[in-house]
Amino acid sequence: MSSAREEILGRIHAATRDVPESEKADDVAVTRSYRQRHEASRDELVELFAERVADYRATVHHVRRASVADVVAEVCEARGATRMVAPADLPTEWRPSDGVEVIADENLSHEQLDGIDGVITGCAVGIAETGTIVLDGGPRQGRRAISLLPDYHLCLVEADQVVGGMPEAVSVLVDGVRSAGRPVTFISGPSATSDIELDRVEGVHGPRTLEVLIVGADPRTTAS
Amino acid sequence: MRVALFITCFNDTLFPDTGRAVVRLLERLGHEVEFPLDQTCCGQMHFNTGYQVEAIPLARRFVRTFAGYDAIVSPSGSCAAMVRDYYGRLGEIAVEEQGDTALAEQVAQVAPRVFELSELLVGQLGVEDVGAYYPHRVTYHPTCHSLRLLKVGEAPLKLLRAVRGIDLVELPEAEECCGFGGTFAIKNADTSMAMLSDKLRHVLDTRAEVCTAGDNSCLMHIGGALSRQRSGVRTVHLAEILAATEDDARV
Amino acid sequence: MSGPSPSFPESARVALANTQLRRNMGYATQTIRAKRALVVDELPDWEELRETGRAIKESVLRHLDEHLEALEQSVTRAGGQVHWARDADEANRIIAGIVSGHGATEIAKVKSITSDEIKLNEALAARGIEAIETDLAELIIQLDGDESSHFLVPAIHRNRAEIREIFLEHLDVDELSDDPRELAEAARLHLREKFLSARVGVSGANFAIAETGSVLVVESEGNGRMCTTLPPVLISLMGIEKVLPTFQDLEVFLQLLPRSSTGERMNPYTSVWTGTSEGDGPQEFHLVLLDNGRTAVLRDEIGRQTLNCIRCSACLNVCPVYSRTGGHAYNSVYPGPIGAILTPQLVGIHAAESLPYASTLCGACYEVCPVKINIPEVLVHLRGKVVRHKQAEHSGWRARLDPEAAAMAAMARVFSSRARYERAQRLARLGQAPLARRGPISHLPGGLMSGWTAMRDLKALPQRTFREWWVERDGSRADA
Repeated sequence: MSSAREEILGRIHAATRDVPESEKADDVAVTRSYRQRHEASRDELVELFAERVADYRATVHHVRRASVADVVAEVCEARGATRMVAPADLPTEWRPSDGVEVIADENLSHEQLDGIDGVITGCAVGIAETGTIVLDGGPRQGRRAISLLPDYHLCLVEADQVVGGMPEAVSVLVDGVRSAGRPVTFISGPSATSDIELDRVEGVHGPRTLEVLIVGADPRTTAS
Repeated sequence: MRVALFITCFNDTLFPDTGRAVVRLLERLGHEVEFPLDQTCCGQMHFNTGYQVEAIPLARRFVRTFAGYDAIVSPSGSCAAMVRDYYGRLGEIAVEEQGDTALAEQVAQVAPRVFELSELLVGQLGVEDVGAYYPHRVTYHPTCHSLRLLKVGEAPLKLLRAVRGIDLVELPEAEECCGFGGTFAIKNADTSMAMLSDKLRHVLDTRAEVCTAGDNSCLMHIGGALSRQRSGVRTVHLAEILAATEDDARV
Repeated sequence: MSGPSPSFPESARVALANTQLRRNMGYATQTIRAKRALVVDELPDWEELRETGRAIKESVLRHLDEHLEALEQSVTRAGGQVHWARDADEANRIIAGIVSGHGATEIAKVKSITSDEIKLNEALAARGIEAIETDLAELIIQLDGDESSHFLVPAIHRNRAEIREIFLEHLDVDELSDDPRELAEAARLHLREKFLSARVGVSGANFAIAETGSVLVVESEGNGRMCTTLPPVLISLMGIEKVLPTFQDLEVFLQLLPRSSTGERMNPYTSVWTGTSEGDGPQEFHLVLLDNGRTAVLRDEIGRQTLNCIRCSACLNVCPVYSRTGGHAYNSVYPGPIGAILTPQLVGIHAAESLPYASTLCGACYEVCPVKINIPEVLVHLRGKVVRHKQAEHSGWRARLDPEAAAMAAMARVFSSRARYERAQRLARLGQAPLARRGPISHLPGGLMSGWTAMRDLKALPQRTFREWWVERDGSRADA
């Protein structure tokens, strides 16, 4: 009796008899004439990113590098968040200046995470065209559970982490996946559902509030 | 240009006025029209209903009858699409089933020269103003096969806009299928009627007195219900509007 | 499949009479269709993306065995385990075995159409394991013992008042309004405990990457993240056609899928995991590769493109048939145009004969398909198989009794000769005389055509055919 594996592979082989034996998987040419890069200045990309993140009803702020700690404290206070979890390697200058207790994630249980007001993380890359932040468990991001269980996610994005579109984001992420098998999460706005009469409701299971601070960008434009 | 008229069995039998309009229109524009009498049916109904093998002899007949013309014009988007887009597949089936390679070769010769009327006028002959006069409020329904298989695009609307006296009004949700679909209207009569109801509602919303299209099959479906409802709206093939002139007594 | 399902026309008749469903479906499909059009128009390179998407899928299918072996290697290398299932039973046995092996009696599950295809929940229940659906719509359906009517918004046939009733009956809540916000909150509270306590999570897979062994779930609510992150054991079930060669391919599909599906630039959450990661997420990962008829689809060179499908549901929303009948009329977990071609190929043409005919061949589905499946082409191809199947089954005199086959044969004969065709035209004119005495025909006696005159008058045949006019005109011109 052949195994399921052998049998399925055999069925596939038989089903694709029309494909010449000499043809290998790599021989099939796939043309990629879609856009690989966005021809826009850094400022334009950051502007677009802020606009598109805000489109998902997430809140966006532009913050100067020097005032990050103050702004983090202010926005947490405004949300009534007094206990925030953060990855152990969150930079000191990103920690709220006062009034907020920051709990470093050292193997907190899921129940403990569930009881915390919010989470502060960085990200791996931000995508302007789609208003997406991407986490891959790299520096300043921590493990997946910390940005999932608390109801409020405050994400800090360095202005130079913003890229134009999906192809540029994938090329930022690919090495971490190939070499370290890093888990990747694409986040575009807060959790949402349209399951009831297509009426959009923000927040079902994931964080109901997403707030994004763009660090190092021109503070003139503040979308919210 | 030697233009052959591919009238379609449906128009030949049920809508001779449309065929006469095509002849009148093309002759008025200075073209000689020929009508090969050996033509019968292109086999679309057989092909689309699953009787593809039965459609092969009809395709053979078609390519034999229409070989040698510069252009073949049809006042039916779906029959033109049958020949141009699907005869290739019939050619393949003839090879697979009967080892006959001749059909595929003949199809390659003839099929690219088949045009729906608006395609021929705008795309091949380069005319938009055909000198027509039609003083009525008209709405245009783009049939699915002219839209998505032949991709006639704006050609019918360009022709209609140039008609003198016409009051052309846009049909809401115009690109949605009317629900005819050949044997679909019979096999899935309930769903077909649900689709037709919506199409009728949109036609009536325009307050047009005439609904036109490039295919009498869809028009028969829409027109049959307009007639049953005594709606005061009638269906007229595009060719008949384009053939009409100020000299016509017809209304 | 257990027993023959009712045909599409029978089920459609029932669905079309349900005014609430008609209203909900019409509203839902129009809304999503409009959203999709907006975000697709925004991309200048949409057609190029579609073409690359199609080409990648075609290249995968031509060498599916190689890509699956590569996937198996990469998943294993990343700490996961790969299982192969020839059919639904085998997949169910594998999954139930893993769950039982951990002594679990409950699993937290994220919406997966493939799991509906194999009736996983029922199979687990039979072995004493409860599958908890965590997607809001799936929860509504599960609580009510109902079935999905749309890939993307499975409970779209239900309105808020009905959902409120279902929650009041089944969830531990005393008071509840019909505000979607409040209904979603009730589901959040109910499921949060389940997420925290579940020992096994089960998901489908939107894509899997042969190069890296990564698996993806694309979703909105966060239940996908929960199920794939919190339980210590994760089992993902995927059809063998879901494999993509490289991680880079995601740059194409993550643009095509959300815009085609929910009509968003990007869906709220996409989770990508690669085997297991130390200290982060499940420490045990199983990937179940399912055939269940897919290799039969692969064998058909025209039908093969059906396996390009990425389950976006764009074809459902533009389909003039689906948007009126809804999903239940298809009697299949795969409804709409894609269901009309996929189901008959998966279950066998004899078990779903009416589905390839559940279309007007209007082509709207092909126009929006992000991976360019020529659905009308496959529909017509499958209709050919239905006819062949019937002809083979009813050979000889029985075939001649089938009214459709008899009519088609008769017409093919008429059209094969000019003389016969012209004679038939004359006979038809004579034959209609008793029906058409007063203008258009408003009633046809029973049989095939009576459906036509239920709503439409039938135009009476004119006095003269076109060719008769032509011959006369030619004659008079020649005389002149």
